[in-house]
Amino acid sequence: MGFTFALPGLALLLVFLAIPFAMAIGLSFTNLRLGSPLGIRWVGLENYTETLGDADFWKAFFNNVWFAAIVVPIQTALALWLAIIVNQKIRGVKVFRAIYFAPVVVVMAVAATIWLLLYSPDRGLINGFLRFVSFGVIESEWLDSTTMALPAIMIMSIWQGVGFQMVILLAGLQDIPNELYDAAAIDGASRWEQFRFVTVPQLRNTLIFVVTVTSILAFRLFDQVWVMTRGAPLGSTRTMMLEMVEVGFERQQIARGSAIAVIFFLIVLTATLVQRMVLKEEGN
Amino acid sequence: MQASTDGHSGATGNRVSKYLLLSAIAVLFLVPVAFMLVGAFKPDANVIAEGDSWKAFWPTNATLENFGDAFQRARFGRLFMNSVIIALPTVALGLLVNSLVGYALARLPFRGSRLILLSIVALTIIPLEAVAIPLLYMVSEFGWRNSYHVQILPFVANPLFIYLFYTLFLAVPKDLEDAAKIDGAGPATIFLRIVAPLAKPAYATVGILSFLFIWGQLLWPVLVTSGPDFRPLPLGMSVFITQPPISWGDIMAFALMMVLPLMAIFIVFQRWFIQSVASSGVKG
Repeated sequence: MGFTFALPGLALLLVFLAIPFAMAIGLSFTNLRLGSPLGIRWVGLENYTETLGDADFWKAFFNNVWFAAIVVPIQTALALWLAIIVNQKIRGVKVFRAIYFAPVVVVMAVAATIWLLLYSPDRGLINGFLRFVSFGVIESEWLDSTTMALPAIMIMSIWQGVGFQMVILLAGLQDIPNELYDAAAIDGASRWEQFRFVTVPQLRNTLIFVVTVTSILAFRLFDQVWVMTRGAPLGSTRTMMLEMVEVGFERQQIARGSAIAVIFFLIVLTATLVQRMVLKEEGN
Repeated sequence: MQASTDGHSGATGNRVSKYLLLSAIAVLFLVPVAFMLVGAFKPDANVIAEGDSWKAFWPTNATLENFGDAFQRARFGRLFMNSVIIALPTVALGLLVNSLVGYALARLPFRGSRLILLSIVALTIIPLEAVAIPLLYMVSEFGWRNSYHVQILPFVANPLFIYLFYTLFLAVPKDLEDAAKIDGAGPATIFLRIVAPLAKPAYATVGILSFLFIWGQLLWPVLVTSGPDFRPLPLGMSVFITQPPISWGDIMAFALMMVLPLMAIFIVFQRWFIQSVASSGVKG
């Protein structure tokens, strides 16, 4: 009976997740193209050597790394700070919680569209504000600039996503027993010491989870760049997922697209294994 | 972290500064949303010309024309319908199928169910992006591209949701089920009449998370749809912003109408929303 219950779900998982995953690995060693009349042929590691020898791929990869290096610490720290201030027991705090979470509900494609206009160099609100507070001195080309385009996307991504992490961390904060703070206070611990020696250790697993998820998200980066820049200017916002869509879909090279997918998966797997290892360490 | 160190004197000033901080942050989160909201009601020329000053938040020459334009020029009605036709069955079937697997694994062990549970946990690591390209090849072979079902079926079964249901069903007290069993009820009756109603929070959690995900999804529709007939809203939006003549008033009206249903659900079911996001972090 249990098997009958599970059957539809298991069949769907098999067809749409497990098999395609096995196919990604298998196809990455072939020359398969979409709609090609030529037969499929084994090509060994060719797709991998070509991908890893491609400057565009490395450009994309390092953009993802750069994105992760900046966004993961900043977004996690901000989310923790927000979680702490919306965990205060004061009237109306739930309204603020909802407001900080609201951008998550404004899905990424819409958020990216709004910010496209906010970032407009000429008439955008952000430059308007910067010119106003700096008496016309500070402004930026934002998405039109090779140095500022990716940071602009980072800022927008943090704005859109930080509420999600905030809520996860808030749940973690609320699980911390109040007695721990009371005990620390009796021992004369300052606010900072309470944070350092009670909050952070108690929140450790949640923080590790948030860091892992945000890191993986940084390598999945697609929606924002698809809507805002398509990798421009000069590849400065190119990402691995953009590269995969261009190779596997627009150029119809399923095999090489699969190789990029496998490389991407190895990165995700590494992040997950690191998370597990760090979590286990605490067990002792 | 809260009031424990505050004395009574100066508490009011402290409270005021707390609200000032909370409000200042709220402004940062709300500015882009307000920009979209006001822009949707302004003629295009005003959206651009007033984009860099406080007037961006003042509905000069307010009009409803943009909304009509979004329906005509971007076929908003069709796109909206597509998104609903895709999202509702995905969420509904997903709730049924995933909860059945979760229940079977938690309560109706069968031969190999332990191994299946482990496999499902392993599958949670694989993001859609890692299988998107081979899946694209597969659905192309099936002749499924440009359809509704190609956007529904791959997302019904979800290992993370199965795992969430599994842990939540484990936590449901067993006594009621045992009592029903003694009364001669079969597993299907027990599941439908007793367990599922008890697990309403689990269903709300998974339903909200999957709706949020499917409503905003962009990558997969980019790969499998061409032309507006089966195109969902996020992709429709990313196409509309590149379709001349570009009218930001129309685009903001589109954006507003697209996020409105989600915003409404969020405002009504705020507590559930926040809880479901929080529980997505309980994996660690």
